[in-house]
Amino acid sequence: MTIVLSRSADHLYWMSRLIERAENTARILDVSDRMGLLPAGSESTSGGEWDAVLEITGDAANFHARFPEATAANVISHMTLDPENPSSIYSLVRAARENARAERVGITTEMWEALNSTWLEISDLTAAKLAARGYRNFFDWIKERSHLFRGSSVATMLRDERYHFLRLGTFVERADNTARILDVKYHILLPDISDVGSAIDHFQWGALLRSVSAYRNYHHAYKQAITPVKVADLLIFNSAFPRSLHSCHNEIVVLLDEISGPRGGEAARQAGELHAMLHYGRIEAVFQHGLHEFLSDFINRNNRLSSEIQSAYLVAQ
Amino acid sequence: MASGKFFDEMHGDSDTVRDAYDAIARWLASVPAREFKAKRKEAEVLFRRMGITFLVYGTAESVERLIPFDIIPRVLTQEEWSLIERGCLQRVHAINAFLHDIYHDQEIVKAGRIPPEAVFTNPKYRPEMQGLDLPGDTYIHITGIDLVRVGEREFYVIEDNLRNPSGVSYMLENREVMMRLFPSLFSGHRIAPVNNYPELLLQNLRAVAPPGVTQPTVALMTPGIYNSAYFEHVFLADEMGVELVEGEDLFVKDDHVFMRTTHGPVQVDVIYRRVDDEYLDPLAFNPDSILGVPGLLAAYRAGGVTLANAIGTGVADDKAMYTFVPDMIDFYLGEAPILSNVPTWQLSKADDLAYVLDRLHEVVVKEVGGAGGYGMLVGPAASKAEIAAYRARILADPGNFIAQPTLSLSTCPTFTERGVASRHVDLRPYVLTGTNSTVVPGGLTRVALTEGSLVVNSSQGGGTKDTWVLRGGRRP
Repeated sequence: MTIVLSRSADHLYWMSRLIERAENTARILDVSDRMGLLPAGSESTSGGEWDAVLEITGDAANFHARFPEATAANVISHMTLDPENPSSIYSLVRAARENARAERVGITTEMWEALNSTWLEISDLTAAKLAARGYRNFFDWIKERSHLFRGSSVATMLRDERYHFLRLGTFVERADNTARILDVKYHILLPDISDVGSAIDHFQWGALLRSVSAYRNYHHAYKQAITPVKVADLLIFNSAFPRSLHSCHNEIVVLLDEISGPRGGEAARQAGELHAMLHYGRIEAVFQHGLHEFLSDFINRNNRLSSEIQSAYLVAQ
Repeated sequence: MASGKFFDEMHGDSDTVRDAYDAIARWLASVPAREFKAKRKEAEVLFRRMGITFLVYGTAESVERLIPFDIIPRVLTQEEWSLIERGCLQRVHAINAFLHDIYHDQEIVKAGRIPPEAVFTNPKYRPEMQGLDLPGDTYIHITGIDLVRVGEREFYVIEDNLRNPSGVSYMLENREVMMRLFPSLFSGHRIAPVNNYPELLLQNLRAVAPPGVTQPTVALMTPGIYNSAYFEHVFLADEMGVELVEGEDLFVKDDHVFMRTTHGPVQVDVIYRRVDDEYLDPLAFNPDSILGVPGLLAAYRAGGVTLANAIGTGVADDKAMYTFVPDMIDFYLGEAPILSNVPTWQLSKADDLAYVLDRLHEVVVKEVGGAGGYGMLVGPAASKAEIAAYRARILADPGNFIAQPTLSLSTCPTFTERGVASRHVDLRPYVLTGTNSTVVPGGLTRVALTEGSLVVNSSQGGGTKDTWVLRGGRRP
């Protein structure tokens, strides 16, 4: 059996969480950026998409203390390169790289180089360079770097416990983030009945799907026009879609089972319970109960699971 | 030995090329400067991507820097290396015998060869070590001996690093990068490999496990990511395949040391610690240390764990004890030193002090316990004001300083902004000791990149070079 220091497991778990979060932050900004491209004059979209970003990243208070208004420029500057904002992509990459630096022994050279060169490049960016490059290009770049890091870990890391903790971080974070991205729609449009089924509505759901790389997946999976219920079904319950909550929790139960340390009983129980809910749940019931309520409850339970993993394995005993 | 003329390792004292540098000289003549520049850029990218950086202390915020790498290798012949190797082994054997002696029967003191106060009032002397028997009687498992060359066969030892010598990762990575950039250079030479260093280190560490432990677990203990040599700690742990631990990862129970892991405690038998004595155990040494492990000293004294290097080796590597190493070689081995010491003036002695104060502009003055090139005076390079300020420091506490003549460090061809030029170098070979000792053929060559400068420390703007030891004399 491999020996893994609790501190190392902690670094690996957070390294992958932070990178996954950076990727999803880019995805969230990307949705709003796309939504902001709607034809001028559609009043229901003005402004709302950028407030939504702050809502779902839990960063509204921090933002409003520093900026008067949630304009595209302000939110993007706050969420991308701001070193003072701990949830900016810049800060997330820096923190992930610090974890990697402390864990050079536990990761492969390829993984380190993927993270380190991302950090070197982003620390060299300025607001002006970012604007010149184009926001969309920057978001794509961040996604690519995250893919490169994850890909190199899958392709080069020993399949031991270190790997399991790294993967665990990816899926716990991704499940959380997918739930939050789906919730964007709730924050942007508290249903203005007249919009339901309109071109704007379609455009927004489409933007959301694209932001999680699911636009084509949706059509392959459902072979029908985009409807809110089916989009939610894809992102929550569809176990074939790798960013869905169900898919993430399929991975989490297996990983916790592989690890199964002496104090891991409660984490395994909570994960099993969440997994059963995603495995057997139905989207109609979710909509009856309220999508936003369902997602908030999921995010809380997913967080509790993370704390349990933390105290069972990652904190020095 | 201090003269205006320097020994150049490529040309010797003449205009011809020495045999060892034959191929290098032809290579230098055949490659256009533009290509060297491109290769140097490539090397820098490689180092940065590998994350080979060090932290510079003393600035407002410590920053990560790259140590400049010079792409022209330094070449030593088999004969030159053999002299260095024998000299280093001799020193390590004598110093190890000295450490065992002063922490046991103190015969060298009783024989009057070393004054008792030089040992027992030395702040690095550790009374906790008195009477303690260590596996293999080994105190200094890893040493780095700093040498300078002043002539064809003339080498001087500048200092013995017996506590936590660093820099070996540069020796290994420099070779790696050179082989990647200039593979054809290697096929034209027979160069002794250095890349088995981590494996040798691991073998030696395993050999000194506490008695009775057949499958020892080794760990490397680091002060953490803010230590200037953190990259090296990671590198060595990785290469050896051992855990890199910090104080908080370890705890002591029933005189044994354990790591905290995801599956509960795991016993550690040998700790290659890159943490200074003072910070090892807050119960025994510095109570404010958060780097250490409470109870580690007690476990060590009970024989539950081996530390490499041993506690208390610093007593033998300060700049005052250095002057006694030739006596140690004579006393314990009955031999004459193979490598010479640099004549050293002890400023605690009134005669020496007066002599040195008259010659501050031509000597080098160092703090007795200093390291890393911090806080030293290089007389010939210092301004009048700097000399005056340093004089005041000496007078305030003469016993804290030693002085040495300014050595004519040899030069090697080095790539500079204005093409290839001679720059001064030193050499740090590494000696590993478990139950016996080996010197890995090579070492860290540090080069003073500033024209005329004699200070090679990386913290003072020095760079490094790959160091080649040629096998079988001349190139086939």
